[in-house]
Amino acid sequence: MTIDLKTVKHISKLARISLDEKKAEKLSTDMNSIFEFIEKLNELNTDNVEPLTSIAETTLRFRDDKITSENIREKILKNSPEKNDDFFVVPKVVE
Amino acid sequence: MSEITSLTLYELIKNIKEKKISSNEAAKSFVDRAEKSKKINAYVTENFENCLKLSKEFDDKPNFDLKLPGIPIAVKDLFCTNEVRTTAGSNILNNFVPTYESTVTQNIWNEGGILLGKLNCDEFAMGSSNETSFFGNVQNPIAEDLVPGGSSGGSSAALAANLTPVTIGTDTGGSIRQPASFTGTVGLKPTYGSCSRYGIVAFASSLDQAGPMSKDVKDSSILLEVISSFDKKDSTSIDFKRNNYSSELTRNIKGLKIGIPKEYRVDGMPDEIEKLWKKGIEYAKDCGAEIIDISLPHTSYALPTYYIVAPAEASSNLARYDGVKYGLRSSGKNLIDMYEKTRSEGFGEEVKRRVMIGTYVLSSGYYDAYYLKAQKVRQLIKQDFDQAYNKVDAILTPSTPSSAFKIGEKSNDPVSMYLNDIFTVPVNLAGLPGISIPAGVDKNNYPLGLQIIGKPFDEQTILNIAYSMEEKINYKNNITDWWMK
Repeated sequence: MTIDLKTVKHISKLARISLDEKKAEKLSTDMNSIFEFIEKLNELNTDNVEPLTSIAETTLRFRDDKITSENIREKILKNSPEKNDDFFVVPKVVE
Repeated sequence: MSEITSLTLYELIKNIKEKKISSNEAAKSFVDRAEKSKKINAYVTENFENCLKLSKEFDDKPNFDLKLPGIPIAVKDLFCTNEVRTTAGSNILNNFVPTYESTVTQNIWNEGGILLGKLNCDEFAMGSSNETSFFGNVQNPIAEDLVPGGSSGGSSAALAANLTPVTIGTDTGGSIRQPASFTGTVGLKPTYGSCSRYGIVAFASSLDQAGPMSKDVKDSSILLEVISSFDKKDSTSIDFKRNNYSSELTRNIKGLKIGIPKEYRVDGMPDEIEKLWKKGIEYAKDCGAEIIDISLPHTSYALPTYYIVAPAEASSNLARYDGVKYGLRSSGKNLIDMYEKTRSEGFGEEVKRRVMIGTYVLSSGYYDAYYLKAQKVRQLIKQDFDQAYNKVDAILTPSTPSSAFKIGEKSNDPVSMYLNDIFTVPVNLAGLPGISIPAGVDKNNYPLGLQIIGKPFDEQTILNIAYSMEEKINYKNNITDWWMK
């Protein structure tokens, strides 16, 4: 299997990372060598193996549905690159 | 008395408690040495002034009942520190100043520790040489132009250069143990769920664990005792009875069964690693342990599994860096364009590579072939260990397949870089504790480490084995302070 330039560009769209032609080509080469290495897993028959989804054999804990942090609006907005009063600002979405 | 900066944590605590050294004197010594050690490039953000101030405050009102009374400590820049910039080695977080504290660092401050500063690391902890950091390479104090390992490379270098008495790193596939091995220091990755992940910049959530890095085994036991805690703020934190690791530390390991997995004798492994391992087996026997040959048949599948699971989780975790809520924002002609440019400019090459791999293996039509397959193989790897632990109490292996390499030597070949973690990655996949201790040197006099892997939640046993072997090995780093000349 090879990951061609078209696939790399598609994946970069999904990952929201813009790539120029040169970087896309380099990534295609790198990804192919990494996937060549990953293909080794196909040697193993795993038909009857349960996937490991949690390393600690515990179920996730429930907590009460209660607010535990209050008045943290300023803290949350503090690192925002652009804000307006109590809101994050993004480029215009609706024309 | 030897210089303050070369003391172990245990010795420093003792001296402070006996009032032979004040917290402020200690802080001054570490700050002075750091000023003369800029060439190492260990620090991303210094907290020196604040550290000096807080140490004075400690001296004015000392509390010697604390476990880390007035001890200055530098930490990996992956732990969020309240009001102190936290970058994760990335341009995208270059200006990020957290408004909260990670649980692990909070535990350290609660016991009297004082933040010296934030240490360089591979970007988002993705790397084995510290070369992926936005803030530049870190020099290994062992020799010029040698990598300090990674991703906790700033931590291992700072420790070996005596810039901090002890430090903490994070380990997703070997990021504590491999840099410890490369710098002749001790690094412990605890069982998954021991140390809270709250406030640690996330890489691969099912693998990430914080752990101590120190000059000797006793110091790691002291620090582990402080940082290991059950935390409601981390949904995978585990509530188990934690030992008093330092007071229960013993060199009596007589009768313990230590397994030697034949699959770790990998193709192309240098002779000196093989020799080191054999020497380690002899030391373990001298300490009274019983050596048993074991098999971990799926070992060779661990790295390919890791390079599906870790990037998949990373691509999901790193989706939060969108230029809206915090971090870097690049301008774009619309929302999507802004996202794409921000992430393109904010992430380095290795991070992009892993986000792309992760996005690909999770994308429609490929999930079963890659991610699900990897989760199944991960089960087999875990079962290997479960079966081995029916026969043995711990497992002894080399920490890395080579000693530290030159800066630039492997940076153009991702797969050869990934092979560095061949002995450490299986431990993360199975969620087990593992410790690397310095055990010898190669032909260039560069340090080599041995790894002891334990049963889940049995950090005490691997600490005890490491503590016993450390005495027999009697390793001494021969660091000449070349960077000050």
